[in-house]
Amino acid sequence: MGAAGPVVTFLAEVYAWLMDPAHWAGSDGIPTRVGEHVQLSALALAVAAAIALPVGIALGHSGRGGFVAINVANIGRALPSLAILAFALPVAFALNLGLGFWPTFIALVPLGIPPILTNAFVALRNVDRDVIEAGRGMGLADSQLLRQLELPLALPVVIAGVRNAAVAIVATATLGAVVASGGLGRYIVDGLALRETDRLFVGALLVALLAIVTELAFGIFERVAVSPGVRLTRAAGARAR
Amino acid sequence: MTPGEPLIRWDWVQSHLPDIAQRIGEHLLLAGIAVGVGFALSFVASLFIARRPWLYPPVSWVFGVLYTIPSLALFSLLIPFTGLSILTAEIGLVSYTLLILIRNIVGGLRGVPAEVRDAALGMGYTQRQLLFRVELPLALAVIVAGIRVAAVTTIGLTTVTALIGQGGLGFFILEGILFFFSTPLIVGAVLSVVLAILVDGALVAVERRATPWARLGRS
Repeated sequence: MGAAGPVVTFLAEVYAWLMDPAHWAGSDGIPTRVGEHVQLSALALAVAAAIALPVGIALGHSGRGGFVAINVANIGRALPSLAILAFALPVAFALNLGLGFWPTFIALVPLGIPPILTNAFVALRNVDRDVIEAGRGMGLADSQLLRQLELPLALPVVIAGVRNAAVAIVATATLGAVVASGGLGRYIVDGLALRETDRLFVGALLVALLAIVTELAFGIFERVAVSPGVRLTRAAGARAR
Repeated sequence: MTPGEPLIRWDWVQSHLPDIAQRIGEHLLLAGIAVGVGFALSFVASLFIARRPWLYPPVSWVFGVLYTIPSLALFSLLIPFTGLSILTAEIGLVSYTLLILIRNIVGGLRGVPAEVRDAALGMGYTQRQLLFRVELPLALAVIVAGIRVAAVTTIGLTTVTALIGQGGLGFFILEGILFFFSTPLIVGAVLSVVLAILVDGALVAVERRATPWARLGRS
């Protein structure tokens, strides 16, 4: 039982840190940091989706540019998030945007694009050709085909792409603290610098929680948004990542 | 980043060549251990799952949660217990390989056609022979695809371990950010991408060698 002693003491410290009202107020308080993190992530995700969704859907609908769509994903995987952040820093400086929010934002947008674009492309491409033929035979115009057949059928995989992007963005927004951004990464980076393990641990706990909540939220969104008929035909193993 | 400074100072690169070589070595070691240990764990887990398929959903759920937790957060959650050590870095890095690898190993094994399995059993293969002579060779392409994704992802993530005092090429990126000096930043970032591409290419070459029948067949 001797080894459990320090762990219990440490967890008690963490609990005390969390219960301290000073840590729940002001510009370094938990609500402020969570707000900053969510705001930065949501804004970056929205911009990434606004760029990647139309391109991915257009490519998937027309069936052209598959090479581009797949390679964007591969490049995205090879580029480490810390490297993207590092590249964003000189860009933000060249544009006179300074430290903090903007370099992180500039890094997060390209990070979110590959998973959204690739999933949208694959989802549209994988819609059963017979269904599209049937729709065309029933006299649907091209835009009707897209809106009434392809998009509803492709929606689960499209949403999975947005979800993967969201989780990656929430994770990397944490690293933004290295370039003086706000958000929950502050607790981790400051905790490391000040050697305050309780602050560090609480920050890590909150970041992990936020990432898991993001993942779950998109799961719920998918359940609400996807038509019940489509959901039934999709096998359980289709949780494409 | 400082006005009047070039984006890359080649004299810095030249004078730091031994340093750069050392960091590349560290980077490969950190990522290599992680993928190796991750593969060993996933492989053993997959063999259990092959015998008891009901284990797959809970195991992949646990690995999925680990995969969702951001890397810096996972490292930080470990620091109070394992310190700023290589062990902390490796536990984190290994955790991320598990979901990718187990999906491909289990998926590859499950993709072996039932007729092939029946034929092998009919020819008198034992379970062990079936696994090593029939199922694993046929699943190899999918398994190697998983190792490629795991290796590329891990090489990228290894840069983050610089924040917890481990080196690798992330050290240069961090140095560049902290001192507003773009040369090490670009050196670290570019080399880690190049490393990922090279390792990916090497794994493709290994796969070609290991599956000579793939070239003879349909493709």
